[in-house]
Amino acid sequence: MAETLLKVEGLEAWYGESHILHGVGFEIGHGELVTLLGRNGAGKTTTLKSVMGIVEKRTGSVTFEGKQLVGHPSNEIARLGIAYCPEERGIFSSLNVEENLLLPPVVKPGGMSLAEVYQLFPNLAERRRSQGTKLSGGEQQMLAIGRILRTGAPLLLLDEPTEGLAPVIVQRIGEIIRQLKSRGFTILLVEQNFHFAATVADRHYVMEDGRVVDMVASADVEQNIGKLQAYLGV
Amino acid sequence: MTAQRVMGVILLAAALVAPWFAYPIFLMTALCFALFACAFNLLLGYVGLMSFGHAMFFGISGYFFGHVVKAWGMAPEVGILAGVAGAAVLGAVTGALAIRRQGIYFAMITLAFAQMIYFFCIQAPFTGGEDGLQGISRQPLLGGLIPTKDDRVLYYVVLVIFLFGYGTIYRIIHSPFGQVLKAIRDNEQRAVSLGYEADRYKLLAFVLSAALAGLAGATKAMVLQFATLTDVSAAMSGEVVLMALVGGLGTIIGPVVGAFIIITMQNYLAATGEFVLVIQGMIFVVIVMAFRKGLVGELADWWKARRPAG
Amino acid sequence: MFELLGIPPQALFGQLLLGLINGAFYAMLSLGLAVIFGMLNVINFTHGAQYMMGAFAAWLMLTILDIPFWVALVLAPLVVGLFGIVLEKVMLKRIYHLDHLYGFLLTFGLALVIEGLFQWKWGSSGAPYPSPIPGGTNLGFMFLPTYRGFVVVAALVICLVTWYGIERTKFGAYLRAATENPTLVRAFGINVPRLITLTYGLGVGLAALAGVLAAPIQQVSALMGTNLVLVVFAVVVIGGMGSIMGSIVTGFGLGLVEGLTKVFYPPASNTVIFVVMAIVLLVKPAGLFGQTK
Repeated sequence: MAETLLKVEGLEAWYGESHILHGVGFEIGHGELVTLLGRNGAGKTTTLKSVMGIVEKRTGSVTFEGKQLVGHPSNEIARLGIAYCPEERGIFSSLNVEENLLLPPVVKPGGMSLAEVYQLFPNLAERRRSQGTKLSGGEQQMLAIGRILRTGAPLLLLDEPTEGLAPVIVQRIGEIIRQLKSRGFTILLVEQNFHFAATVADRHYVMEDGRVVDMVASADVEQNIGKLQAYLGV
Repeated sequence: MTAQRVMGVILLAAALVAPWFAYPIFLMTALCFALFACAFNLLLGYVGLMSFGHAMFFGISGYFFGHVVKAWGMAPEVGILAGVAGAAVLGAVTGALAIRRQGIYFAMITLAFAQMIYFFCIQAPFTGGEDGLQGISRQPLLGGLIPTKDDRVLYYVVLVIFLFGYGTIYRIIHSPFGQVLKAIRDNEQRAVSLGYEADRYKLLAFVLSAALAGLAGATKAMVLQFATLTDVSAAMSGEVVLMALVGGLGTIIGPVVGAFIIITMQNYLAATGEFVLVIQGMIFVVIVMAFRKGLVGELADWWKARRPAG
Repeated sequence: MFELLGIPPQALFGQLLLGLINGAFYAMLSLGLAVIFGMLNVINFTHGAQYMMGAFAAWLMLTILDIPFWVALVLAPLVVGLFGIVLEKVMLKRIYHLDHLYGFLLTFGLALVIEGLFQWKWGSSGAPYPSPIPGGTNLGFMFLPTYRGFVVVAALVICLVTWYGIERTKFGAYLRAATENPTLVRAFGINVPRLITLTYGLGVGLAALAGVLAAPIQQVSALMGTNLVLVVFAVVVIGGMGSIMGSIVTGFGLGLVEGLTKVFYPPASNTVIFVVMAIVLLVKPAGLFGQTK
């Protein structure tokens, strides 16, 4: 495995009184694409949010490029080089497509230019003046991904990018994610759609009840398919 | 016994002997404002609606009372009824419109309506405009049985009125109707999904609150023998909010305590002129920043905390 | 000269101008309130007091420091805006997690303190402020005092610049996005708390700017703000706080309505805006330009 970019140890998180994460631990190396799999309520989204610093309370250790993230607000974490694409996509309705794309500030050099993003997502270029939320589900997802590519952040956190989308769009998103990987982005992907995850990931972590319970490398997936299916309740 | 019950008993005992220790007019004024504050608190503490224009009910009722007694020469009981009725009707009209919005908008709308009433009172002939209605004579009650010219006698009358109003609020809060109100305050959507027409309940609570504020206003006009523009002003609306805040929102005794504190403070600081406003403003600020539960609320918490058995 | 419905043109256009001027202030103040409410979810009751502070700042600058109107027009909003920033950092910031009503109560209390202090120090009778552009022109159907014409134009410019700043600039995009979803905007790396502080400062500065413009027209008095802000609340309810342009149009429009009422039925002129509010509540509770959230 390449040099570690993100290391999570003993991460616990709360929403108010609810104790959601009970000690999560995993690692991601430079250029890897790692998924968090698990059933609904396993704590996958909360893990992403905890890395990003958006949960109410978190303890434990999250280090990025050796720097500790716990105790820092989300805007500082973003500036270190992490970009977040939320499950609900978070497209701003009071901004048009181009404004949405230009909103996240550039945090590190080497991010894509607006032209490059439009090249990757030509349908967004067509609709650049449309109000953000007037786009279809698939287009909004592409907008949400395209937004964070400009920032230059090397680590991308993607939360269920294929949720609720038609198969042909899911395929397109898969292509895009593979392209991003070949460009050198490091990606932490949360997915319910195991089939999709298997086509893009290097390694899979399985979560259950707020803990990481297993890790399966991409090469070993076929051998462990039964176990994985049991975890996911498929 | 809970902290509030203890406080209540002490206050009642004190109230019965008070005219021998304090100036009756002061006590009666404080009681009227206490009832006013309780009426306001019914709406905010138990229904979750903050009316920032409650003075319109308080003031207009005073004007109605004055007009009925002075211009029409009727007995004070009729005057009080007229005041309550007038306030209730006004409450129904403004409430029906204000309820259409929630939270902060509701507060702004009530404020705006109160301003309307204020301007109306400046111009309407029966209010006496800038001078107000002065010299409302003290007529005896119950057809001559109760001579109201004696301040001490009147004090007990006012105390009875206050206890009636307070008792009404107490009954409302502890009734099934009150439970529904609390449910609406805590989670309106759920109450609606359970089949309750939230708007009707809110409107009824609003009208009751307005009527009780009217009772306070008419009684005050009876005691002080005048009704003026100050009674319908935005400042008055703000003051009743302050009284409820200081005492403790959502506690039933709180507004009473708050009213007494504020009235006493105003008496002492009357000589400083506008500085009273500064003090009042600072109290608002301090309470919002640090003592949101008000005096009674914080005391009740402290009492609970020192008795580990609960 | 012609007469409209028995009303001499001087009276009609005179009142319309007055209405337009009032409307200008309604627009500027409701704009500030809307911007602050959008970002902070707080109804800034102190707005009236901050408007008054702007006027007082200009008056004090003139009488004590000999600073002319045109300089005060820039300086006063800066000073009062800075004061607003301090308020936000020290007090408002700490109550965002509470029910909105507490924000209303806090700003109400602050308004009382500020106005009480100014009243205590300078009394409640007004002080005059000399007009920076004295004189006027006779247009035939009415006499137009030059400064008043300037105020209307200036207010329009200020409103349009604000609109442009919010709807067409990058900074405005940050504001709009942060109003919608502050958590996500922060997760992109933008210091949203600082943005919020700045927004409050800008809204307050806008109120103070209106105050400076008002000084030569009204007497500068400690109470000039409260009376105004209560009407502006009604304006804001009528317009709905959904759109910037909506607030501007509603403000100017209601000023004109008020002016017309003064011409044709004077006793209602004080209350006409509230009556309009009642009607709007019946017909479209979210406000003319509002969206039901």
